Amino acid sequence: MKHSFLKMLPAVALLAIGQAGCKPNGTQSAVSGDAAAKTYVAPGKYDEFYDFVSGGFSGQMSVYGLPSGRLFRVIPVFSVDPEKGYGYSEETKAMLNTSNGFVPWDDLHHIALSETDGIQDGRWVFGNANNTPRIARIDLKTFKTAEIIEIPNSAGNHSSPFITENSEYVVAGTRFSVPIGDKQDVPINTYKDNFKGTVSFIGVDKTSGNMNIAFQILLPGVNFDLARAGKGKSHGWFFFSCYNSEKANTLLEVNASQKDKDFILCVNWKKAEEYVKAGKGQKKTVSYVHNTYDEKKHMASSTLEKEVLVLDPKELKDMVYFMPCPKSPHGCDTDPTGEYIVGSGKLAAVIPVFSFTKIQAAIAAKNYDGDYDGIPVLKYDAVLHGEVQKPGLGPLHTEFDANGNAYTSFFVSSEIVKWNVKDLKVLDRVPTYYSIGHLSVPGGPTRKPWGKYVIAYNKITKDRYLPTGPELAQSAQLYDISGDKMKLILDFPTIGEPHYAEAIPAELIMKNSQKIYKLEDNQNPYATLGDNKARVERKGNEIHVYMTAIRSHFTPDNIEGVRLGDIVYFHVTNMEQDWDVPHGFAIKGANNAELLIMPGETQTLAWKPEKVGIFPMYCTDFCSALHQEMQGYIRISPAGSNVPLSFSTGTNMPSTGTVPAAEKPAAK
Amino acid sequence: MNLLRFNWPLSRASGDAVPRELSQANVMKNKLSISSRILVSFASGALVAVFFLPVWRIDLFAPQYPEGLMMNIWINGLSGDVDIINGLNHYIGMKHISVTMFPEFKFLPWIVAFFMLLGILVSVTGSRKFLLYYLLLTVLGGALAMYDFYKWGYDYGHNLDPNAAIQVPGFSYQPPLLGHKRLLNFDAYSFPDAGGWVVIGASALAFLVWLVEWRRYRKNKLV
Repeated sequence: MKHSFLKMLPAVALLAIGQAGCKPNGTQSAVSGDAAAKTYVAPGKYDEFYDFVSGGFSGQMSVYGLPSGRLFRVIPVFSVDPEKGYGYSEETKAMLNTSNGFVPWDDLHHIALSETDGIQDGRWVFGNANNTPRIARIDLKTFKTAEIIEIPNSAGNHSSPFITENSEYVVAGTRFSVPIGDKQDVPINTYKDNFKGTVSFIGVDKTSGNMNIAFQILLPGVNFDLARAGKGKSHGWFFFSCYNSEKANTLLEVNASQKDKDFILCVNWKKAEEYVKAGKGQKKTVSYVHNTYDEKKHMASSTLEKEVLVLDPKELKDMVYFMPCPKSPHGCDTDPTGEYIVGSGKLAAVIPVFSFTKIQAAIAAKNYDGDYDGIPVLKYDAVLHGEVQKPGLGPLHTEFDANGNAYTSFFVSSEIVKWNVKDLKVLDRVPTYYSIGHLSVPGGPTRKPWGKYVIAYNKITKDRYLPTGPELAQSAQLYDISGDKMKLILDFPTIGEPHYAEAIPAELIMKNSQKIYKLEDNQNPYATLGDNKARVERKGNEIHVYMTAIRSHFTPDNIEGVRLGDIVYFHVTNMEQDWDVPHGFAIKGANNAELLIMPGETQTLAWKPEKVGIFPMYCTDFCSALHQEMQGYIRISPAGSNVPLSFSTGTNMPSTGTVPAAEKPAAK
Repeated sequence: MNLLRFNWPLSRASGDAVPRELSQANVMKNKLSISSRILVSFASGALVAVFFLPVWRIDLFAPQYPEGLMMNIWINGLSGDVDIINGLNHYIGMKHISVTMFPEFKFLPWIVAFFMLLGILVSVTGSRKFLLYYLLLTVLGGALAMYDFYKWGYDYGHNLDPNAAIQVPGFSYQPPLLGHKRLLNFDAYSFPDAGGWVVIGASALAFLVWLVEWRRYRKNKLV
């Protein structure tokens, strides 16, 4: 018995070794020894880059530092944010107005940092709303959403907000084609006849950044996916990937994957500008909402726009061309020179790289492969620079460094592959954990990549972090690309689902960062610029409380004479003029949110009391040693009560007598 | 007579060229040398700087204020983070600092103008005696200014609102007259600012001139 057991031991040992050998290596082997030193930013030291990361279904944009991966701020953009009062305060509600009314949520996928001469300039960052089509502009002096413009004739603004090299335009290509014009109520299966796509060019004012829809191009009913502006030699052109050239309206995973090749749309937007100038566009009646935030009034306002200029390429020739691209292309990225356009067919076995020079030659020679809905289709072989062979499975997006290398993300094989743009040779590959979507190199989409890192934005984290129940974080992974080989050096969870992100050297932004709002510039019509001006006014059933907040009290902090049925507007002005001293304002039972008021700013909370009684209010942002004392009361009397309106701070001392007659509750 | 005396040194702008017997005569008449008179007029002229530069600065640092808070004192007002400092001071019951409460800001510019005039008078007359008065007045003025500054500091530091939120028994918050002092969570520093250094430099120059003149006078007297 004992003997036979001993005989078995070697076999058991072998089995064990075999078991260990079958399991692939974990990440332990993927992290190099000096990773900690490369990502460690000592307390009190600054990161080298700001990283603006889309929040996906959170609707917001988050700001991280690189290489530390520290989260600095979540900028509310398309979703309400009770923490900051965004979308809840009377001043910010209008930011989320659309032609469908107030929309409190969206899905922010892509980031575009403003550029001058093809280099990031750190002035604005743009984000797209994928669900209810919109583009937002965030001012990088304040890190606040400054403007949101809705896109008409669009459904699912996915192919957006990619930017031209002098921030002339951000674009919006519709992901869903939809009926355009008056005939909206049509059977879905009349897609081929009634559904159209559009791409919109939204002009950006050079100084103010204000957006306006310059023109829309009417296109066949395909699904526009991603886009990139030409740059350098290809400046003046824009490239949009699209899928569903099958024009399927159901079970797209099968029906839109039939054709061997879909398209990349090449738009000559300089030509489009000529047509616009020559008055060739058609003004179409639409309805979309344009929201702007006034920095001096601290207040958003909405304008309903009624018209958009549409260019129809069926009549206006030499403006758009289709370029065949294998299998439902997703990413469509131009390299820093502007010569190469990389298409990434989600289901393709190769990565096709197109040449801008060849595209121009093919157009000149009319080297077409027929047309698609009246738009010339360029011959694949005539415009192809070459294909990267066997790069990986499921190529999605490509970014570039300054040394002629491309980095492509592969969702299915969960890896980043580095390859040379000119000779198309694969140079290196690293795994990502897990299933990378977008990736980003600082300055990667511009003419001047800053290089140094590539960041992977992953969809799946599974065993990467401590588990948090069924719902897990998405993640970012930082790779050092300064050497020949990519090295994983950091991994951090993100807000929402990160899609695209753009990183920019910190010095391009931090020097302009605003510290306070100057009280003397405060033009909010409800501002209270001095404790002595604090007051409470009744206008019918509206009570307007003109309130100041300064360490550590509100003026007024005792308010009486408000009745059930009244609506109370707290217009709170933060009187501080000191950096990093916000005050918060909250009141018991409020059905909306708090206010978070920056120094010198005025914000308004509307509150409809639902009960008779005494309601406390307090400062929510720990402002000072006596923050806890920064509080007050508002008394709500029954409807029809004759309690006189009164307000004070520091004078309503404890009463010793009986309740005055005037204050006795009114007889019912 | 006056006019003649005025013109004479100017026609010989380079002081070295003054003949020995004339220079001797100057000394005998208790007159300053031409270079001395130029230096004195330069020193008093330099005082014009305090109309354009702050004379004193107070810096405050705390854990919450690593970047520091600063207050500049000018001859006619205050600048810097005065509002922020006032905001913080209300916790300990210090008075609100405002320009209007200091009568000094009204007459200080006239005092400086007076000193400038006096300096020009010294260089025009070339009187050694005037130079001595000028120096004595400078010292007196400086001492009075510092005493005044101390009095205000004392008043601010001790005359506190009895209802202040933060009361530390036996603790006062008088800012340092010169140098560093710890006030609760703040490190306070008090030093001359650019304009103040000009005053100090100008006074030192005038004093140096007087010293040189005094030595020359003694030497000549011995001869």
